[in-house]
Amino acid sequence: MTQFLQQLVNGLSLGSIYALIALGYTMVYGIIKLINFAHGDIYMLGAFVAFYATRYFQLNFFLALIVAMLFCGVLGVVIERIAYKPLRHATRITALITAMGVSYILEYGTQFLAGSDVKTFPEGLLGNLTLELGGVRISMQQIMIFAVTILLMLALTYIVNRTRMGRAMRAVSVDEEAAQLMGISVDRTISFTFLLGSVLAGAAGVLVGVYYNSINPLMGMTPGLKAFIAAVFGGIGIIPGAMIGGLSIGIAETLVIAYGSSLYKDAIVYVILILILIIKPAGLLGKHVKEKV
Amino acid sequence: MKKFPKILASSVMALSLLAGCGSEGGNAATAVELNEGDTVKVGLNYELSGATATYGLAMEKGSQLAIKQYNEREDRKYTIEVISQDCKSDSVEAQSIASRLMTEEGVAFQVGPATSPDSLATYPISTDAQVPVLSPAVTQNGGMLDANGEAYPYAWRVCFEDNAQASAMAVFAYENLGKRKAVVYSDSGNDYAKGLAESFIEKFESLGGEIVTTENYIQGDTDFNAVISSLTEEDFDVLYVPGYYGEAGLIIKQARAAGLDQPILGPDGMDSPKLAELAGASALNDVYFTTAYTTVDASDELLSFIEAYKAEYNEEPDMFSVLAYDATNLGLQALEEAGATGEKLNEAIKNIQFEGLTGSFAFDEEHSPTKPVLVVELQDGVQVNPIKIDLDAE
Repeated sequence: MTQFLQQLVNGLSLGSIYALIALGYTMVYGIIKLINFAHGDIYMLGAFVAFYATRYFQLNFFLALIVAMLFCGVLGVVIERIAYKPLRHATRITALITAMGVSYILEYGTQFLAGSDVKTFPEGLLGNLTLELGGVRISMQQIMIFAVTILLMLALTYIVNRTRMGRAMRAVSVDEEAAQLMGISVDRTISFTFLLGSVLAGAAGVLVGVYYNSINPLMGMTPGLKAFIAAVFGGIGIIPGAMIGGLSIGIAETLVIAYGSSLYKDAIVYVILILILIIKPAGLLGKHVKEKV
Repeated sequence: MKKFPKILASSVMALSLLAGCGSEGGNAATAVELNEGDTVKVGLNYELSGATATYGLAMEKGSQLAIKQYNEREDRKYTIEVISQDCKSDSVEAQSIASRLMTEEGVAFQVGPATSPDSLATYPISTDAQVPVLSPAVTQNGGMLDANGEAYPYAWRVCFEDNAQASAMAVFAYENLGKRKAVVYSDSGNDYAKGLAESFIEKFESLGGEIVTTENYIQGDTDFNAVISSLTEEDFDVLYVPGYYGEAGLIIKQARAAGLDQPILGPDGMDSPKLAELAGASALNDVYFTTAYTTVDASDELLSFIEAYKAEYNEEPDMFSVLAYDATNLGLQALEEAGATGEKLNEAIKNIQFEGLTGSFAFDEEHSPTKPVLVVELQDGVQVNPIKIDLDAE
């Protein structure tokens, strides 16, 4: 039982990270139906900004987190303005390919500027404290991951459900043209969505960088893919779906390693995904809506 | 009848070729007797650019230094002229440079390339040209053997092969540490780690040890907590992690944080200053890895090499430059002993007793050195207590 709880803690900390990244995918998809493949690389840049902030400017963890979130948020808006806005009414495949291009630019641009080798954070940024609750070990970093993730998700839920901007976001995602007729600035709303998504990805990058203490320019690829799967799993475009999807994928992966085989962990996660999509094609929380003609 | 002269001509040519092989060698490069004071060419074929240039560049420096020091010696028999070419981390390029060096330039021997695939491409060329190749770092299992399982007659390596270091680690775990129950946690994505894992398991079990379980990860993974948590439930007393420092560093860190305090063992892929950065120095206790080279308890020869290297290049040498330095010096020693190139030089290499910075050795039948493997311990991230494991003594 202790073993199971310990694995659950491991799975939750991995899943929280996937959930934070998945939220960005899902919000952007929900509003402009674009799968933003550069999203995993924003997460990578969050980790790099925090790395430079802590290593060269000696900022503490929280300041570095805020700096990285701001940087990523602004970058997300800039990318949207330069790369996606001109293609807003082009075919969806054009925007998708552009997103892949942006992803490569970020990955290899970072590799060019920062080098391809692994970088590590200064030691003791969050302390090496480990709590033991009835045989289950929880480290300070894991607590920090849960705390930051829960806080950001609450903030996001508040923004989407209780603010004017959130209402605008929901309106644009339902019907862009009708929202415009109601006096909502679509451009500003979309920019705001990118800002929110990128801020969350940046936060995830910092948490991962500090937790695992290892960052490199291609670190966004695999978590980006897993988070995308998490978003699809929960029902793409649905915010609580991304949270549930992220946590489920993280826990599934951990339990497969613990009680199955570490050799097939990724394969089994994908098999679960395929099964869910066969049984419920719109994802866990998705409703099957007939295409309007 | 018109065909007859052609057939005659070709058979005469074939005969003369056969005769050529039987005598002192078919072309200018093979088996030339040397006189004292002659200038002899030595070829360096390294990856000076491309994906594996880090290794190639370090090795080229080691080789160049060896030759420079030889040319400065008072008692030298010959003067060495270096011909260094860039194989661009490409095995096709390595092969064409090998044939240029051996047949056109007429080098006495070639040192390099750095990586196994690039080096293996040059071995058939060396057989045809009868020019020895000295490989500093071809650790691939069976790397010196051709398709028939026999060693390429003119190819030699000065490093131990991968399964030698895994077997040595198994011996170390069983005999020196007195451990009986091992867990192997291996990178399932590359041949290097897979070969190491297999050799370790085979040797450890043949000694009488038990492999409790095997786990796998993939290069690029950062979260090892699931495996590590399940290992806390297992009854084992030593953990072997074949793979590179990038993942090994994180595995050590996460294992120690989860309270696994068993000794952790690894291969030479762990040998990097980055390991301490990734794992944190405080986690690097009771950690051991196999290597060809350490600066702990360095001999006087090694210290003077390090000093000369720093004076020449303004940087610290690494394992690769030391291996290349040894390989080049071995070739030069054989050249002096043979007093000739080609077949005679190769014979001298075969019978050599060489004292290098990475150990004293001769060659075995598979053209690999019979030298002990070093096991180095880490205490607070610092290398201590190098121990030699001699597999041939078993």
